[in-house]
Amino acid sequence: MKSPLDSSRSQPYRLATGGRIDRAKPLTFTFNGKRLQGYQGDTVASALLANGVRLVGRSFKYHRPRGIVGSGPEEPNAILQVGRGALTTPNLQATEVELAEGLQAGSVNCWPSVEHDIGAINGLFSRFLPPGFYYKTFMWPSRMWKTYERFIRKAAGLGVSPKEPDPDRYDRMNTHCDVLVVGGGPAGLAAALEAGRAGARVILADERRELGGSLLDGRDEIDGAPALEWVNAASRELASMKEVRLLLRSTVFGYYDHNFLTVLQRLSTDSTSISRPLIKERVWRVRAKQVVLATGAIERPLVFPNNDRPGVMLASAVSAYVNRYAVAPGSRPLVFTNNDSAYRTVLDLAEAGIPVQAVVDVRPEPNGPLPSRVKDMGIPVIGGHVIVDVKGTKRVKGVEIMSVDASGERVEGRRRSIRCDLVAVSGGWNPTVHLHCQSGGGTRYDGEKGCFVPDAPAQEERSAGSSKGSFALGDCLGEGLEVGAEAARAAGFGDGRVSTPVPTVEDRAEEPLKAMWVAPSRRPPVREHKQFVDMQEDVTAGDIVLAAREGYDSMQLLNRYTTLGFGTDQGKLGNVNGMGVLANHLGADIESVGTITFRPPYTSVTFGAIAGREIGGLLDPVRKTAIHRWHIEHRAVMEDVGQWKRPWYYPQPGESMEDAVNRECMAARNAVALLDQSTLGKIDVQGPDAAEFLNRVYTNNWLKLGIGRARYGLMLSEDGMVMDDGVVIRHGEQHFYLTTTTGGAASVFSWLERWLQTEWPELEVYLTSVTERWSTIALVGPHSRKLLQDLDSDINFEKSSFPFMSIHSGSLAGFPVQVMRVSFSGELAFEINIESDLALAMWQALMKAGEEYDITPYGTEAMHVLRAEKGFIIVGQDTDGSMTPVDMGMGWLLSKDKDYLGKRSLSRSDCVRKDRKQLVGLLSTDGTTILPEGTQLVDDPSAGIPVPISGHVTSSYASACLGHPIALALVKAGRARKGSIIYAALRDGRHVKAEIVSPVFYDPQGERQRV
Amino acid sequence: MSDQARRESPLAEFLAAPRKADPATGAGVQISERPFLGHINLRGDPSEKRFLEAVEGAIGVALPLEPNTVAEGGEISALWLGPDEWLLLTPPDRQRDVVLTLKAALGDTFAAVNDLSGGQTVVRIQGTHARDVLSKGCPLDLHPRVFGPGQCAQSHISKTMALIRQIDDTPTYDVIVRRSFADYLARWLEEAAQEYGLAVIAESPT
Repeated sequence: MKSPLDSSRSQPYRLATGGRIDRAKPLTFTFNGKRLQGYQGDTVASALLANGVRLVGRSFKYHRPRGIVGSGPEEPNAILQVGRGALTTPNLQATEVELAEGLQAGSVNCWPSVEHDIGAINGLFSRFLPPGFYYKTFMWPSRMWKTYERFIRKAAGLGVSPKEPDPDRYDRMNTHCDVLVVGGGPAGLAAALEAGRAGARVILADERRELGGSLLDGRDEIDGAPALEWVNAASRELASMKEVRLLLRSTVFGYYDHNFLTVLQRLSTDSTSISRPLIKERVWRVRAKQVVLATGAIERPLVFPNNDRPGVMLASAVSAYVNRYAVAPGSRPLVFTNNDSAYRTVLDLAEAGIPVQAVVDVRPEPNGPLPSRVKDMGIPVIGGHVIVDVKGTKRVKGVEIMSVDASGERVEGRRRSIRCDLVAVSGGWNPTVHLHCQSGGGTRYDGEKGCFVPDAPAQEERSAGSSKGSFALGDCLGEGLEVGAEAARAAGFGDGRVSTPVPTVEDRAEEPLKAMWVAPSRRPPVREHKQFVDMQEDVTAGDIVLAAREGYDSMQLLNRYTTLGFGTDQGKLGNVNGMGVLANHLGADIESVGTITFRPPYTSVTFGAIAGREIGGLLDPVRKTAIHRWHIEHRAVMEDVGQWKRPWYYPQPGESMEDAVNRECMAARNAVALLDQSTLGKIDVQGPDAAEFLNRVYTNNWLKLGIGRARYGLMLSEDGMVMDDGVVIRHGEQHFYLTTTTGGAASVFSWLERWLQTEWPELEVYLTSVTERWSTIALVGPHSRKLLQDLDSDINFEKSSFPFMSIHSGSLAGFPVQVMRVSFSGELAFEINIESDLALAMWQALMKAGEEYDITPYGTEAMHVLRAEKGFIIVGQDTDGSMTPVDMGMGWLLSKDKDYLGKRSLSRSDCVRKDRKQLVGLLSTDGTTILPEGTQLVDDPSAGIPVPISGHVTSSYASACLGHPIALALVKAGRARKGSIIYAALRDGRHVKAEIVSPVFYDPQGERQRV
Repeated sequence: MSDQARRESPLAEFLAAPRKADPATGAGVQISERPFLGHINLRGDPSEKRFLEAVEGAIGVALPLEPNTVAEGGEISALWLGPDEWLLLTPPDRQRDVVLTLKAALGDTFAAVNDLSGGQTVVRIQGTHARDVLSKGCPLDLHPRVFGPGQCAQSHISKTMALIRQIDDTPTYDVIVRRSFADYLARWLEEAAQEYGLAVIAESPT
């Protein structure tokens, strides 16, 4: 017989004809450093098989040699590291990676090489590596875990992460549709056609690079012609529909609430070069009115001793390699099955001229049309037998079979050897119900079909074809058309009736399979037998039985204990067999042993795709004030305050931070300085009930605040704790303007709206955020009034007409402004509010006019020092959500003659404890030590552990104007302890002695701000 | 010196160096700013006839009452923001007059008028791929069957809040964004638009 193989020596297992590969485009790639050739259209897996590479990796736990098992996302063994340097990606399935020129791939989980792997010694000791081994062995003594972990992690490693930043660009796209069809096989294509014809907006997503699904792998006919002609016609029709979007190389990996699904689209499959400026991968975030799941089915392997040897493959994968890629995965195949569908593979192999050695069928007398046809061809069909062992280590050399006894549970008779180099196995089919289950739908076991099928949908979703357990091609097409029309109707398009007749298909009838979770063997399943259920996680039937004996007798416990289904393949091949093995052992129904939770992602998703473009400078918004540019031009060191960038300090050449801050503080105390304070939150409050509203949300009283006057206000949360503070201005009888902290701007606005809308709808008040409308420049220092008076203005800045805590509108140097006389520094100060487009020019005008006073811009650090010298708190720094106004020495702000949010909580027993922490000042007695913020305070530095803690430091600075460090602290019953000594416990073990003093260090009478 | 000469729009720095699209690809998207427009926030009760009449009398256009729609009249556009909230957009330097006229017309009607000009700006995104670029960051359905000229909606684009308004079928969108987020939004859009070819132009085409 003439060899069917290609005569070219470079790909010895390539068939001479056929396949959906482009033989005119040979591609060179390397695998574990060895140069190999494949063709355009290959996957790495098909190219490796074409080159006769059988050993592709080592197993996770026992480092057993492993080969390619599948042809798609179910592949458990062929896990590769692909690409180099910054472009390297670990843990890719060889079956999912398209071949590209120059591609570099290597096995993971083996060292120093896949052929000689040191970890394989684990295989010899496998009797000592039972399930739960790590739990049992390494957990005690617990202090040693960190030592163990280092070695375990190293030994377990699956691939390596790139060490450099990923140079590729990843993207995210939101979209909506009427009908999302998942899967471009016969059912999905039919559904998309019907929905599209009805006029619906349709998205059809398929993980492969071309449409057709299972039709690409087989030799089916539709309407009397090769099925792919029907696929091509369907593709053309879909492409011509304006509202149909085809997403190829696109895996729907998550199905969430509200019919929200996520799709990973691989736009560049080339791992050898950077895809910029184009996109490498895009995550589509699809919100679909209706979803059609036509996700197909994945063949179930059979479990028998040494079923993990390289060369044991799924029958469907063998067909795919032969038909789609023109690759013979072996030259002397043997088929092992419990059903009729594997006979298609026999026919595919025979058609390709590859001599099938035998078909071993569990069923005593397989006599359906397919087996009969195979028998007619003279291929031996051995009924009532199972494989009891596989010969060969790094590749299959043969099998031993025995006959199954009458009980069907044991083997009997003599062992018989058959030589072969490929074992194609089929244990039936598992509908791909992952997305259905992710959406909340359940499954039920269909005894006739021997598989779990989707139960009632939980969302607007329909399954069709193999994913519903309807495996015959004619059923796939018919159901696809039906659900496509129904989904379109449910989304508001068409009448739900199928517009075209179902294409004719000659489906050969199949006899029922004989469900078998583990093949009968010479002994009951024990761990030494190596009957692998989950190859990626190295879980055997014996492991499952042992775990069940130890009490892990439901799936949810068992899979955690044995790690069944925990690999990157998520147990696509192993889970159902694992359930069956457990059920067998317990003598229970497979349905009764519990279910396995399907979680996103269906297949692995790169971190790049998850991050999208929210990386680097776009990780989070950088909010800039209108004066930002000036700060940068004047070499300000910027500080992050929430999302804002604020000037921290402005170092002059040669200055340290301390020098700069001291200079800025002294300028504010002795001359004039200015601060960009635009980030404060600002809320406009209007309406007949505005004053009443403020009365309810602030602790103090607003009814009597005069128009044009300002007042400091304190807000509490419902638990009575300080939440926010700021200055409130009364513009009119029914019109207020309040400021919040920078960080509280958004949350305070939401808080106020919430109360207004949900609790007090009777109040006539409108709130409007005006934070960004106004930029705010604080002009601070004894010369600030003179400076303003130098400028052309219609505002009288004299004390008599412009007292402390008041506001005037007018014109300043030609700018329309609102000027407030408030002070967060304790100095004479004015806050100039100006519309933001003009803020930079206003700032520049002030800088110019201030030259003669040596005007100094200052940043947030100097602002902090100035306010701390005055004992002004910063909410969130000196408070932490557990401090009441009384704790902070602000009891005078609590109105006694009205109710307000948080008032009731202030009388709780915990809030009136005498030993609550209170705000105090601290001076280190050596006069030089700056106490680190956060330092714990103790009364007795020699106390033993646990040391009683009396408080902690909240703010601490060097004060240039006082000439010594100052600190604010929260100390238990601190106000009564003024003059006493407390110790700050530093991290290095030293204790610094400090005196408790008033928190107001500077100008305690407050005279300077009122001049 | 006049205010016009001294003011600086939120995107001044971003637009300082206009970028042309790669001639090979052409510009699938153009980004520009419509600076210095008047932005006026209006709150009021639409069930009060007196409120609606006063506003229409003052600005020459009836407020849109259908959610997420825009009413245009003369030089003013009124964008629906909520059941009792609208944004009025005026040509540059007209906002002060409009605010005064509105306040006068409203008298003691329960309402709030706030001039937000300078606190937010309009980023214009135009071109055959403008919808795609927005969709990368915005979860709204911008398909022509759902969202078209004359409609507006508040949502987010990546991590900034945004009010999106479709102008024409080019498509052209105006995105109204708070001032401090404008530079972030522009840089985000610039990055997102790379694959379609991008031009950044200083002056908005009208």
